[in-house]
Amino acid sequence: MASDTAVLNETGTEEGVRRRDWIHIAALSTAGVGGAAVLIPLVSQMAPSADVLAASTTEVDVSAIQPGQAIKAVFRKQPLFVKRLTAEEIAAAKKDDGASMRDPQTLADRTKEGHEDVLVTMGVCTHLGCVPLGAAEGENKGEFGGYFCPCHGSHYDVAGRIRKGPAPLNLQVPEYSFTSDTVIRVG
Amino acid sequence: MSFAWAKQYEPKTALTKWLDEKLPLPRLVYNAVGAGYPVPRNLNYMWNFGVLAGFCLMIQIVTGVVLAMHYAANQAVAFGTVEHIMRNVNWGWALRYAHANGASFFFIVVYLHIFRGLFYSSYKAPREMIWLLGVVIFLLMMATAFMGYVLPWGQMSFWGAQVITGLFSAIPLVGEPLQVWLLGGFAPDNAALNRFFSLHFLLPFVIAGVVILHIWALHIPGSSNPTGVEVKSESDTVPFHPYYTAKDGFGLGVFLIAFAAMVFFLPNALGHPDNYIEANPLSTPAHIVPEWYFWPFYAILRAFTGDLTIPFTGIVLIPAKLLGVIAMFGSILLWFILPWLDKSPVRSGHYRPLFNKFFWFGFMPTMVVLFIAGGAPAEEPYVLLSQVATAYYFLHFLVILPIVSQIEVPKPLPFSITEAVLGKDKAAEASRTGTVDGGDAGTLPDGSLQPAE
Amino acid sequence: MTIRLGGIIVGLAITAVLVLWSLVPGFINFAFGPPPEKQASYAFYEHGEGPEGGFSFDGPMGKWDVAQLQRGYQVYKEVCAACHSLKFVAFRNLQQLGYTEAEVDAEAASWTVPGLDPNTGEPTTRPGEPTDYFPSPYPNAIAAAAANNNAIPPDLSLMTKARHDGSNYVYDLLVGYGEADPEKAAKLGFETPPGLYFNKHFPNVNIAMPQPLVLDGQVSYADGTEATIPQMAKDVAAFLTWTAEPSLVQRKQTGWFVLGFLLFATALAFLSYKQIWAGMKPKKK
Repeated sequence: MASDTAVLNETGTEEGVRRRDWIHIAALSTAGVGGAAVLIPLVSQMAPSADVLAASTTEVDVSAIQPGQAIKAVFRKQPLFVKRLTAEEIAAAKKDDGASMRDPQTLADRTKEGHEDVLVTMGVCTHLGCVPLGAAEGENKGEFGGYFCPCHGSHYDVAGRIRKGPAPLNLQVPEYSFTSDTVIRVG
Repeated sequence: MSFAWAKQYEPKTALTKWLDEKLPLPRLVYNAVGAGYPVPRNLNYMWNFGVLAGFCLMIQIVTGVVLAMHYAANQAVAFGTVEHIMRNVNWGWALRYAHANGASFFFIVVYLHIFRGLFYSSYKAPREMIWLLGVVIFLLMMATAFMGYVLPWGQMSFWGAQVITGLFSAIPLVGEPLQVWLLGGFAPDNAALNRFFSLHFLLPFVIAGVVILHIWALHIPGSSNPTGVEVKSESDTVPFHPYYTAKDGFGLGVFLIAFAAMVFFLPNALGHPDNYIEANPLSTPAHIVPEWYFWPFYAILRAFTGDLTIPFTGIVLIPAKLLGVIAMFGSILLWFILPWLDKSPVRSGHYRPLFNKFFWFGFMPTMVVLFIAGGAPAEEPYVLLSQVATAYYFLHFLVILPIVSQIEVPKPLPFSITEAVLGKDKAAEASRTGTVDGGDAGTLPDGSLQPAE
Repeated sequence: MTIRLGGIIVGLAITAVLVLWSLVPGFINFAFGPPPEKQASYAFYEHGEGPEGGFSFDGPMGKWDVAQLQRGYQVYKEVCAACHSLKFVAFRNLQQLGYTEAEVDAEAASWTVPGLDPNTGEPTTRPGEPTDYFPSPYPNAIAAAAANNNAIPPDLSLMTKARHDGSNYVYDLLVGYGEADPEKAAKLGFETPPGLYFNKHFPNVNIAMPQPLVLDGQVSYADGTEATIPQMAKDVAAFLTWTAEPSLVQRKQTGWFVLGFLLFATALAFLSYKQIWAGMKPKKK
């Protein structure tokens, strides 16, 4: 037994030790890189798949929405509010454009030019993701006459801007455009 | 660990000292696969496959859990969700191909592991428990693999489920109700698919548990080795780490090269094209075969073509179907008594001339023939071949092994592992300086070997 | 001892049952019984070799020929799509064939897919969108069977993976139509049953699908390639290889990268292993 240990030690000259360490470190770090590379598929498989990313446009016909009414559509599996504002609501919203707000935006910022009466927002409260009330007839519209989130009491005004409650941001306006005078394409 | 010279774990930092008192995990690892586990110094590459099998189990669990995030076990959509994984999920194709080929590689590795055990008689005392647990693992693997193959709900999935559960219908009296119970219906459908998915998810963790027992049982007597001579002194062993961690690391690299070559260049070569056709209960594929790793056992199942009758009376004692089922399960279950069938005191096939001949010229060709016949259609000459091979298979284990082990004159064994590796001089030196007890060096068979009973 | 004795008895019993009741009767039947009857159709089957020169995606370095895939798509659209669905492929996937987003939008819109009337909820049809999947030509399997003499045209999405050596198989099948050798047919009493068609590359040579590619120039290729039957067959076989495995080229390219890395890592592991074991093995004398 002693002799075998001696055989091992004989190769352990200064130079031998250094060369040995180098090769082990290289082998282990390469294995580490390989292990880390395996994480790429394992992690990215949980990201949205190709079909989810692709199913991202929704067309909505807004012609049938009367002033003061709103409809709920679906965009990326989330509720989308499309509301036609009355003249009074537009006036009220414009009046508040300069008011002190948590997330200052004007009505013009949030609508398309020439279609100031059509307000398109996500129906997702920016606080923790509940669906605010106020789109359907007779629902609580909150203190500012727009939307009201019942989960934690966020009040949005007629332009969907956060005015009171815990939500940090205005209701999000998704990317959209008018493909004709009456049809919008979201996404 | 049983060897007196095994290195002891010594925590060095305050953290490891604290951990060693509260939950000695580092100590466990150190003693299991670290420097604290002395292993025979003469293991050849056949001893790599245990670690590789464990690695395969890990691949399967990791890729399987991930695939289950996208799969739906419902007969209406299962096939489509697999295609969804292949087409839409990020890296889904790689994960699924890794899982499908991972199953094949798991079996390749485990078969090599078993053949090593058979040739070197690793099943013999004092290692019977390791072997028995290994057979349990193998049976669990077969069940898991079968149920996994059903999940894509292709044609082979469906008809495999039909045929394999149909085996149970061969059992007298309770057979047919049993098959209906297994399937939860009269044919494979949602109920069967869901329970197979549930069990396919569960069983790998059961396997992992038995693997832990398998390794635990291994650490009681320590690893066997190619000479079959038990470890006698410290010079016979090296610490598992770094010696065998390094060797297993290299083996893992070679394994991964073969695995990656299949996954990336021939991912469907080991599968069957019919499984890319969605299950159709109204149409059976022309030629049903199980996955390749079941072919030898499928050949045994199909070898029994005639009912066992009383001649000239036409009275059927046992129908052929039941004979085949008994033989197929029996062919694996007999491994459970293997440690007691082979009474030779010598373990390694290298020192057993007669056993060696039967192993290489009887058993191995038989397995090849069974493999080929199992994958072939039920036509001549494959049926006759499978019958001859099946007969030899049972004769080999049940008749030849007991008799050979009785009459065989083994070759002289080396005195010790050290002598086998370094030659006699070194061994003599070792016997002078080491802790070897008893026996005349180099002449008598290993004194520590007892007859298996 | 008991176990070994029992083992020997059981082993001999199993062997006896196998040999006396299965092997011997089987052998007698094999050696002296009538030879198994083979269907006459097997005499006409010819194994195909695939297109001359193979496919661009063959082999470990294979790549798609994008122009060919576009031509194959045209063949599918103008010929196959009349009967065969492609249900796992979405129009958006066509971007992989080198079409721009706008071209894919236009292509999708040229297909009619089932939809719902937004006002009444009645089933109706609408132009396709990129996110839609290729529509089935039949509303359901019963309709497909009824329209095709009881043979349901299979979905083609996975056809080249659902047959052995599928790309070549599709090509061979499309060029394998013709007539059985009349002399041989008369001798063997072989006749293609009514409603089926002779195809020497189909496993039992009688196929329910009428010859789909009948004329040179059946489609007119925009890129000027001459649309001979073998050319169209090859193009559509390539297209169906893509539909079955869109990740094929990405897979092979990733494979080279992975293999290269593994070879490097394994070489290092080998050196490390040898370094650790140096001195443990006796030197060869």
